[in-house]
Amino acid sequence: MWDYSEKVLDHFMNPRNVGALDDADGVGEVGSMACGDALRLSFKLDPDGRIADARFQTFGCGSAIASSSMLTEMLKGLTLEQAARISNEDIARELDGLPREKMHCSVMGREALEAAMIDYYRRQGREVPCGLLNQDVEICHCFQVSRDTIVKTVRQYRLREIEDVTHYTKAGGGCTSCHHDIRHLIDEVWQELEAAPAGLVQVELPAADELTRQIREVLENDIARALRTDGGDIELVAIRGRRVHVKLTGACASCPSSGATIKGWVEQQLREHVSPDLEVVEVKS
Amino acid sequence: MTFNLQDGLPPRPPDGVYLDNNATTRVAPEVVEAMLPYLTGNYGNPSSMHAFGAAAGRAVDRARVQTAALLGAALPAEIVFTAGGSESDNLAIVGTLRAHPEKRHLVTTAVEHPAVLGLCRELESRQGYAVDYLPVDGRGGLNLDDLRRALRPDTAVVSVMAANNETGVVFPIEEIGRIVKEHGAVFHVDAVQAVGKLPLDMSVSTVDLLSLSGHKLYACKGVGALYVRRGTKLRPLIAGGHQERGRRAGTENVSGIVALGRACELAAAGREVEAGSVRRLRDRLERAVLSAVPDCRVNGDPDRRLPNTTNISFDYIEGEGILLLLDRAGIAASSGSACTSGSLEPSHVLKAMGVPFIASHGSIRFSLSRYTTEEEIDYTAAAMPRIVERLRAITPFGKERMTFGG
Repeated sequence: MWDYSEKVLDHFMNPRNVGALDDADGVGEVGSMACGDALRLSFKLDPDGRIADARFQTFGCGSAIASSSMLTEMLKGLTLEQAARISNEDIARELDGLPREKMHCSVMGREALEAAMIDYYRRQGREVPCGLLNQDVEICHCFQVSRDTIVKTVRQYRLREIEDVTHYTKAGGGCTSCHHDIRHLIDEVWQELEAAPAGLVQVELPAADELTRQIREVLENDIARALRTDGGDIELVAIRGRRVHVKLTGACASCPSSGATIKGWVEQQLREHVSPDLEVVEVKS
Repeated sequence: MTFNLQDGLPPRPPDGVYLDNNATTRVAPEVVEAMLPYLTGNYGNPSSMHAFGAAAGRAVDRARVQTAALLGAALPAEIVFTAGGSESDNLAIVGTLRAHPEKRHLVTTAVEHPAVLGLCRELESRQGYAVDYLPVDGRGGLNLDDLRRALRPDTAVVSVMAANNETGVVFPIEEIGRIVKEHGAVFHVDAVQAVGKLPLDMSVSTVDLLSLSGHKLYACKGVGALYVRRGTKLRPLIAGGHQERGRRAGTENVSGIVALGRACELAAAGREVEAGSVRRLRDRLERAVLSAVPDCRVNGDPDRRLPNTTNISFDYIEGEGILLLLDRAGIAASSGSACTSGSLEPSHVLKAMGVPFIASHGSIRFSLSRYTTEEEIDYTAAAMPRIVERLRAITPFGKERMTFGG
């Protein structure tokens, strides 16, 4: 049984601001049923540019519902500039904390907020403030290390291993629950650093290659079929050594936890059916 | 959006409603009564040369006879007491592999309990064994041709559960056993969920090794047993003293073993209760929920199931929320949802059955006991539609809208 705070239980049992706004100024949707949680957040501004009302609809566990409810309460009365500064940590703090395994619920709130604000600026035909897009997300909670810091350090020092990142930034040196995310960020940076022209990918995927054939078969027959049931899909981007680079599309593409849920599952399937030493790298579109 | 769960429900049973008996059962009062003297007066070590030890030794012998009787074992000596289901499974599989070092292959199923699956993955990744995991169909059943194809001359052991802990789906173990025996492999059955609920008779069985657990059978936690058919080669996991005829070292858990023995004795009579009134109550709950709640369905073959288990998926909502609201109403159940385990992954059993994500995240297992009452079932059946309706009012998804975007 999770050790939820009284506030989490209160916002789960008596959620505030449930529903959708018909005349919303901004709507953000993140997650999907396949991921295990999803959130639609909408807000409306008053003439002074402050958030007059915010509503949510959530598919997910108790803490996901509570995080969404708390977020809508926090948003009311704020300007968009103020709202943009709300972090997932702030949401969790207002709830008197979340179990570590449930921190991703507050991250989903933050991501839905970003999506809703981006939607607002696009509707207005205005440029999306770059600060909004680069809002720092905390990856390592033990040492409060942000995504930006990790990405910059990996790029600057050409780091390849989680251990290196820990040495340079402290990230991942505590409970290790963020190792998955750090691995993902390292791969993302290297994906970028090694970006090759499309032709090269073809060269690396000879049709006769038995490993490639098997990976394709499992991806198509087992994995893609299962994901399509829920409106998602998956694309094979490249195979480099024992690393399988895939891109999640459809409903999976917008899922904040796809990195963890789907990647883990795809990796397990490939390891089980093809080769136990395969590693899956998710390529973001 | 305030919500008074209790509004309009029948009176709440004062002690709550415990429908999570596949996780663990209450210790039967008769069992508590039987084990208490071995914690107070008769606390001797069965190996000791004095009256205290002799009394404890006799109690262990009696429990062995009681356990052997429930299983229809030919000899009490075919029972090895362990610390529980997981140890029994480990002893059966690893003990067999050690006894047949030349055989490097195992067969099991994709829906086994983690005690078996985790062990098999470990043997595969760290010790170089080859393992075949038999798939299941949409109803949770096996295709026995898959088993025939998987068996090899170097197959040491085939490990298959008698009944699934999540869905209650029952495997045809004797049919499986006949195929296994034709190929000369050892046949292990994890019967942790089946003992006491289904008839098991080792005197007419193909089973070589069978695991059972005390706390799923109205005995206490920390005790279990492995049935080892006479003549089955098995190496011990725990080396040391001579206890359990050298097959499991360590001073016997006397009070626990006495509890297990007494529970086995009660189970012989309890099986009729399981097949009769427990099944009727389970069916009553299932019918009431299915007719009152739209967009839900039973997981697993409804005709080949444990009498006490029902696993129901509620579309568009997530299981942990259901459990939290049930808990608020005083009802204990469990879920295959990822969020309840902390693993981010929904149930491996439902996944193996091909249950889509929209349903697997919202699956709830109700498992009844011989103590479950009609009032408790009717109260639960009345609470479920309100809980589901409540969560569906919050979710962005529904029949007409299953995904974002587009």
